[in-house]
Amino acid sequence: MSIAAGARRRRLLPNLLALGIAGIWLFPIFWMINVSLQPSGAIHISGITALPFDFTPDAYLGVLQDSSFWNSLQMSLRVSLLAVGVALFSATLAAVALSRFRFRGRAAMVVTVLIVQMIPAEALFISQYRMLSGWDLVNTVLGLSLLYVGTVMPFIVWMLKGFVDSIPADLEESAMVEGCSRTGAFFRVTFPLLGPGLVATGVFGFLVSWNEFTLALVILSSGGNVTLPVWLQSFQEGQTGTDWAGVMAGSALIAVPVLILFTIVQKRMASGMVAGAVKG
Amino acid sequence: MYAPAPPTPARASRIRQRVTPYALLLLPCALVILALGYPMARQLVMSFQEFGMAQQFGQPPEWVGLDNYLSILSDSYFWVVTGRTLIFTAGAAGATMIIGVGLAVLMQRVSSAVRVTLQLTLIFAWATPVIAAVAIWRLMVDHRHGVVNDVLAGIGLSGFQGFHWLQANTFTFLLVGAVVVIWASTPLVALATYAALTQVDDEVLEAAQLDGADLARTLWHVVLPIIKPVLILLAILQVIWDLRVFPQIYSLQQGAGSTSETNLLGTYIYHTGVGGGSYGMASALAMIMLLLLIILTWRYVRILSRQGDLT
Repeated sequence: MSIAAGARRRRLLPNLLALGIAGIWLFPIFWMINVSLQPSGAIHISGITALPFDFTPDAYLGVLQDSSFWNSLQMSLRVSLLAVGVALFSATLAAVALSRFRFRGRAAMVVTVLIVQMIPAEALFISQYRMLSGWDLVNTVLGLSLLYVGTVMPFIVWMLKGFVDSIPADLEESAMVEGCSRTGAFFRVTFPLLGPGLVATGVFGFLVSWNEFTLALVILSSGGNVTLPVWLQSFQEGQTGTDWAGVMAGSALIAVPVLILFTIVQKRMASGMVAGAVKG
Repeated sequence: MYAPAPPTPARASRIRQRVTPYALLLLPCALVILALGYPMARQLVMSFQEFGMAQQFGQPPEWVGLDNYLSILSDSYFWVVTGRTLIFTAGAAGATMIIGVGLAVLMQRVSSAVRVTLQLTLIFAWATPVIAAVAIWRLMVDHRHGVVNDVLAGIGLSGFQGFHWLQANTFTFLLVGAVVVIWASTPLVALATYAALTQVDDEVLEAAQLDGADLARTLWHVVLPIIKPVLILLAILQVIWDLRVFPQIYSLQQGAGSTSETNLLGTYIYHTGVGGGSYGMASALAMIMLLLLIILTWRYVRILSRQGDLT
């Protein structure tokens, strides 16, 4: 009894500190929701008030009635889904090759994956733009998706390789003893077990493409449809005397689905990200 | 003339075995080469070329050798931006690592309900799309409606009433940029470090305590060596991410006075290439930034190469 009480007392200070920090970290998100629910004119007259107040969904309705928001949503979905589909399919092939086969050049390949992962878009966008403009793919879903495939592929390969590694090859071998072909063994035994890994990795790739700003800004530069992050940026600039409630409502509409998805898969992502480093 | 003997089933399957991994790697490699490899090679070529007026009318770009590099390196503004970028990177990456590791250590010492609350909060900050995050922080430091100025004025620092963080000077602008970056990137460091800490064996810690080591010495001599690979990886990732930082600075610049006073390397390349149309100069700048990245992360690449041999 007294030991438990002592432990509790020893934890009181760290607990308070941790809660304080959690409050600081959460505040911007709270503030986004808070401001998005204010009547938009009121901010300029009486300043921002904190919840609770009689809130209004006006700002959200304003964004949802804006056709450019829906066009951008469609654009974001198309670019992200195409990029993730292609990247996931080809990354699975690469992950199986790197995990299940021993071949000449394999170690070099693993290192290449890790190094390519470090190349920032910011160091390449000029020539990527020139390349796509030469092929008439600027301002297209196809062009932007291709660049996103390159961006997310190394990381997806790395994560999937970890998932394939964790499924024992013995299972496939015993299926082959039972008379399955190698391909058949993979699809009947390993592939179903890979399901959760594929979902987590796919969600990750989707979120990266969904949130990406730099390449979208450069590639979708000359009018036409843009993705949601670029839309939010120009929505913010387009205001004279910024409509903060509207901007925050737009931010929330983009961010909240991401927060939900991300919370579901983050555990696998954090572990996948550091798996290589911990193993070494 | 005679046909080669038909391969026996065993030999055929051995050949297939040898070829399969390369066949599997064909598509993924082709896509990465298309999206990254080819632009990289092309950028190297472009960095030796000049794109001027004539090129806008379809003339092929002119070869200028090392001229782009020479004029960049002899331009004092380039050195100002590079210095600014390095200071920004050191500050933001350093603060992210210190706060993140501190939070991880703290997480080990709190009750589980508090820990889950803190972790969930961090995940939210981590997941917030970067442009939404910048929009939120721009509002929070807004000179008229910003809650930051209200709080600072509220605790007696009345000088901050109406203070314009993004236009006052380069330092306050980059401070806001750094805060946005740190807010969003600390969670990964904290969560990954905490995950690594939970891998440290309790028995090792108890043994250290029995030997009379206090908390600080246990952390330094026992725990740190075990989690060092994770910390190095995280630190290098922070350096890469902060050195090339673009969306945050670009978006904040829209609310700031002058871009030349606030440019970091990422935005400098953008304004030179996309804004100014000087593709050659921008390519050379980007190559220099890549070189800077390689120099700063060389150690990490070597550690990875060694791992590549093992896995």
